[in-house]
Amino acid sequence: MKYLCLIYDNEKTFATMGKAEMDAFMGEYGAFTESTKKSGHYLGGHQLQPVHTATTIRSRGGKVSTTDGPFAETKEQLGGFYLIEARDLNDAIQVAQRIPSARTGSIEVRPIVER
Amino acid sequence: MSGDVRERIDDIYRSDSRRVLATLIRLLGDFDRAEEAMHDAFAAALETWQANEIPDNPRAWLVSTGRFKAIDRLRRAARFDAAADEIAKQTDASVPHDADVETDELADDRLRLIFTCCHPALSPDARIALTLREVCGLQTEEIARAFLTGAPTLAQRIVRAKTKIRDAKIPYQVPSREELPDRLATVLHVVYLVFNEGYSASAGDAVTRADLSAEAIRLGRLVVELLPDPEAIGLLALMLLHDARRAARTSADGDIVLLDEQDRSLWDRAQIAEGLALVERALSSRPARAYALQAAIAAVHAEAVDARSTDWRQIVGLYDVLTRIEPSAVVELNRAAAVAMAEGPEAGLALIDALLGRRELTDYHLAHSARADLLRRLGRTADALAAYSRALALATQEPEWRFIRRRMTELESRG
Repeated sequence: MKYLCLIYDNEKTFATMGKAEMDAFMGEYGAFTESTKKSGHYLGGHQLQPVHTATTIRSRGGKVSTTDGPFAETKEQLGGFYLIEARDLNDAIQVAQRIPSARTGSIEVRPIVER
Repeated sequence: MSGDVRERIDDIYRSDSRRVLATLIRLLGDFDRAEEAMHDAFAAALETWQANEIPDNPRAWLVSTGRFKAIDRLRRAARFDAAADEIAKQTDASVPHDADVETDELADDRLRLIFTCCHPALSPDARIALTLREVCGLQTEEIARAFLTGAPTLAQRIVRAKTKIRDAKIPYQVPSREELPDRLATVLHVVYLVFNEGYSASAGDAVTRADLSAEAIRLGRLVVELLPDPEAIGLLALMLLHDARRAARTSADGDIVLLDEQDRSLWDRAQIAEGLALVERALSSRPARAYALQAAIAAVHAEAVDARSTDWRQIVGLYDVLTRIEPSAVVELNRAAAVAMAEGPEAGLALIDALLGRRELTDYHLAHSARADLLRRLGRTADALAAYSRALALATQEPEWRFIRRRMTELESRG
């Protein structure tokens, strides 16, 4: 069963982080990624550029509108994701709760539609 | 088939259908398929069991028959659908044989079911609705009434929860030791609501449904055994102490007898003794939590010879703590009733009026009948009658209607 772990965090928190703190946080991400590769959960994952780089596209009746910014303004922003292979939701939750941003922001776990 | 067999099957349905269902869910891996299989199994029992040939272990028979029926259905569907064929093969391979159905796994199935139904990935409302439906076998209408909500809303909530269990693959298992404490609170709340349904049935011609309360107590014991958490112990104590009054709560005619008029010699002393010992255990860990406090209140009642000699001030004090840690309008209503006993009806009435003034409990019949009772004791007959008719309009249980009408008749003759 595949699950997408969407990582939501407040970008402002990172803006105020010192370099040493930031390095430590990214180090935790590195260690987490390694551990999921070892445990066989890891399928993929990326960090995203900050939300100010986002562009939202809508096509309605053949007319395309392009707007600056994310689909919805929220306190926490989508900052990255992991695609994992897990036995079931409990297993996925066990993995997701170890993502460093679970402590600072939140992780949304969504099962992938398998066809 | 004789009537005896039919009765016996009805008994087994009442006592064992949820256990059969819980095991079939584990074996078949799907709530709806398991429910269908269980109904097929009971239908088969009605067709094939004879008076002298009821299987030695009816539950095992029902489980294995249900499993075969499910595989049968899947095979028939497989003629039209390749995916169903795959599921049928998997189910066949993963299903153990009759002997395995007798093992300890069975005892755990209902616990698995309750933890799955109470999974934190489900919404709080859905956990309760699903557990009452699947674990306890309540009808959707009964659950809707307990929740003061519509049956279609409830049905939709259950369907959504089952869909999430399937699509997000919520596993059918008891949580690990580390996860258990976190997941216990919801389970306890569900057990509590089940008990309440049995202790004060949401509808029908009986005040109580002993089977449901017994079921809740059984679940409570199972949880305590698994995880001797003070709140689990407190909840079990609470249920035992309340249930101990069952025989005194209704007259021979099935009429309601309130606490102050109950024949306390009918209270189940053995159950009270067990409850009191559990309250002590629950309260020995500080700070006391909600169920332990409610159990302590029940314990004060249990220890009193009659309503008059009850330590009402201690009860008010316990309600004070309870209101602080778990504020709720219903707790405040109960506190108001205790205040009325400790300080007189006027003090209690002022509190209930304030509650209703906040537009809370406006549709809760017990708020109006409690208010009516205090007005009655104050000799305000016309106001009491008005409050009783409001309660009458909101009550849903036959004995409650009779009780309220009786009180109204008494008041009218007093005139």
